[in-house]
Amino acid sequence: MSTFQSKNKSVELQENIIRYFLIAAATISILTTFGILFSILFEAIEFFKLKSFFYFFTGTEWSPGTVDSKFGALPIFAGTFIITIIAMCVALPIGLGSAIFMSEYATSRQRTYLKPLLEILAGIPTVVYGFFAAITVAPWIVNVCNSIGVDASFNSALASGVVMGIMIIPVISSLSDDVIAAVPDSLRKGSLALGMTKAETIKDIVLPSALPGIISASLLGISKALGETMIVVMAAGLRPNLSWNILEDMTTVTVRIVDSLVGDQAFNSPATLSAFALGLALFVVTLILNIVSVRMIQRFKEKYKMSSL
Amino acid sequence: MENTKKISKKNKKDNIFYDPSLKKRHAKAKLFKYFTIVSLAFSLIFLTIFLSDMVIKGSTAVQQTYVQVEVTYNERSVKSYRKAVERKYLNIVSRAALREIPLQMQNNPELMGTTKLIWILADDQVDMYMKDYYYKIKGKDLKTIEELVRNDRLEKRFNTVFFTQGDSKTPEYSGILSAMIGTIMTLFVAMVVAFPIGVATAVYLEEFSTQNKWSEFLEVNINNLAAIPSILFGLLGLAIFINLFGMPRSSALVGGLTLALMTLPIIVVSSRAALRSVPASIRQAGYGLGLTKVQVVKDHVLPLAFPGIMTGSIIGLAQAMGETAPLIIVGMIAFIPDSPSTILEASTVMPAQIFTWAGMPERAYIERTAAGILVLLSVLISLNALAVYLRKKFEVKW
Repeated sequence: MSTFQSKNKSVELQENIIRYFLIAAATISILTTFGILFSILFEAIEFFKLKSFFYFFTGTEWSPGTVDSKFGALPIFAGTFIITIIAMCVALPIGLGSAIFMSEYATSRQRTYLKPLLEILAGIPTVVYGFFAAITVAPWIVNVCNSIGVDASFNSALASGVVMGIMIIPVISSLSDDVIAAVPDSLRKGSLALGMTKAETIKDIVLPSALPGIISASLLGISKALGETMIVVMAAGLRPNLSWNILEDMTTVTVRIVDSLVGDQAFNSPATLSAFALGLALFVVTLILNIVSVRMIQRFKEKYKMSSL
Repeated sequence: MENTKKISKKNKKDNIFYDPSLKKRHAKAKLFKYFTIVSLAFSLIFLTIFLSDMVIKGSTAVQQTYVQVEVTYNERSVKSYRKAVERKYLNIVSRAALREIPLQMQNNPELMGTTKLIWILADDQVDMYMKDYYYKIKGKDLKTIEELVRNDRLEKRFNTVFFTQGDSKTPEYSGILSAMIGTIMTLFVAMVVAFPIGVATAVYLEEFSTQNKWSEFLEVNINNLAAIPSILFGLLGLAIFINLFGMPRSSALVGGLTLALMTLPIIVVSSRAALRSVPASIRQAGYGLGLTKVQVVKDHVLPLAFPGIMTGSIIGLAQAMGETAPLIIVGMIAFIPDSPSTILEASTVMPAQIFTWAGMPERAYIERTAAGILVLLSVLISLNALAVYLRKKFEVKW
């Protein structure tokens, strides 16, 4: 599409001003990303000047309050990892199952009703999920565990993990739904014509074709679980705990970030700066997950020559 | 007919298409379908349980207990509000309401020296007693309460305090008004910043930029920005807006700017989709009539894409409204009893208020929290409904 330049100088000037304004606006988003990166990076560097970089990633003792403060973040990473796994154990089967039902079994009428209902889950603020996890789910888990004679903490990793999983269901289901619906119909028809049942067609033909998209959705879900804050702040513990028992209290990266920044400590103390070191780790991991996720979707698009998804 | 059916059933195994595993495969197929139905049902059941739980917990906050006591307005009660009511009612009447009495006398001097039988806010423990929750009331006070109930001097009324007051350390006197005003101011700042920038970015990417490395980088960057955990935006706000630019901590300005950066990608993505849906023939007709590029975009493309842009922005607004984590980092969980009047004052927002109340030890705060959640959810649902309505109403099928 070609444009015609006006011969009128003032119009041309106006056009250029507007064009530069638009470019400036577009630059803001890039500034934001670099703003986040550098603000976290510089403070994290300050932190690593004070405390050992190596111990941060391998140490198992986290005691910011004491005089001889130690910052070994391994238990925090472990807690984050375990809660994320619990969340994905809930979100992946349910999200994928919902997506399969919506794209393969549901009539278009059912879809128009069910899709917005699932979207409501995505619209609920995380602080509300956190309240529900802390007030309703956690005591319920404690009661159930007590009745079968197992000890459970009121800040158990299980409660926050399960509720976080429910929060992630729509992330996985909506993207998987799009991807499954985008698998060419000829594949399904070919499979059915060869005498496979509908479920076999879905399991052996449709899902493997949609696999890059489903992996991409899961990676997005994991990245969301890692960065989720309010649910774990309200329902998980504060104590860094290196354990496999999901009924014990555990803490996560985001909880420690909030905890160290809400207090009244001097900004340049290692306890406050540790939040930025944890933030840097979170930023790097989620960024990698996102980039891989986008690459996966692109591969899927190229495979089926899709223009938009 | 029946005969042939029998034969074919009998000789099923002679049929060359007969597959002994077929029955099993069909059973498996059914099972798989049930699995998908169950997984979808799980989300819906959760939604039902969750919403009814919130309604059950929050519905009692609609009413608040009031008690009828004699209040003496004199010199002694000006000096100490504890003297304004009889000693035995001291634990039954709300402290916060009593604290207002000296102020009332200052405003109405004619009250001085009188004694009046008035309805006054009751203590949160009394409120819990009236609502059949767990309460901690000692024997003497309990007897007084029972006597008051017998004489119809305890009454549950509509909870106006909740909608007309700010936060308070006493549960019965705490309300959501200051958080609501904080939310409005924060979102106002966020939208004033994010909307023009977001739309301008979308216009640039869709209408002006050519496919090159720069625009590709911009696109990747915006996609990544949308997926960065919200708490990291809080770190940005703390490090740049507060520490570098020296903006006041906990203010709606800082919170709004932080939220603006978070809402930006949502607005950009939805505005781009809206701009893309405007057919090329509109632009070509404009050029054919000799309009410049800016004129075409400003007078023809943007107005046609506007409903779509609005819908996306409202959805972005709703998301920003529910955001808590970055605002906690920039200090918006301060204790705010009075509503802020400028964007530079310390303020709090509704989700942060919910978070604060959820952490309070008193039982009475639980119903306040649930009620706050119901208010927040109803605002969010109406915003989303508005977005859907706008889309339906102005949607143009080209």
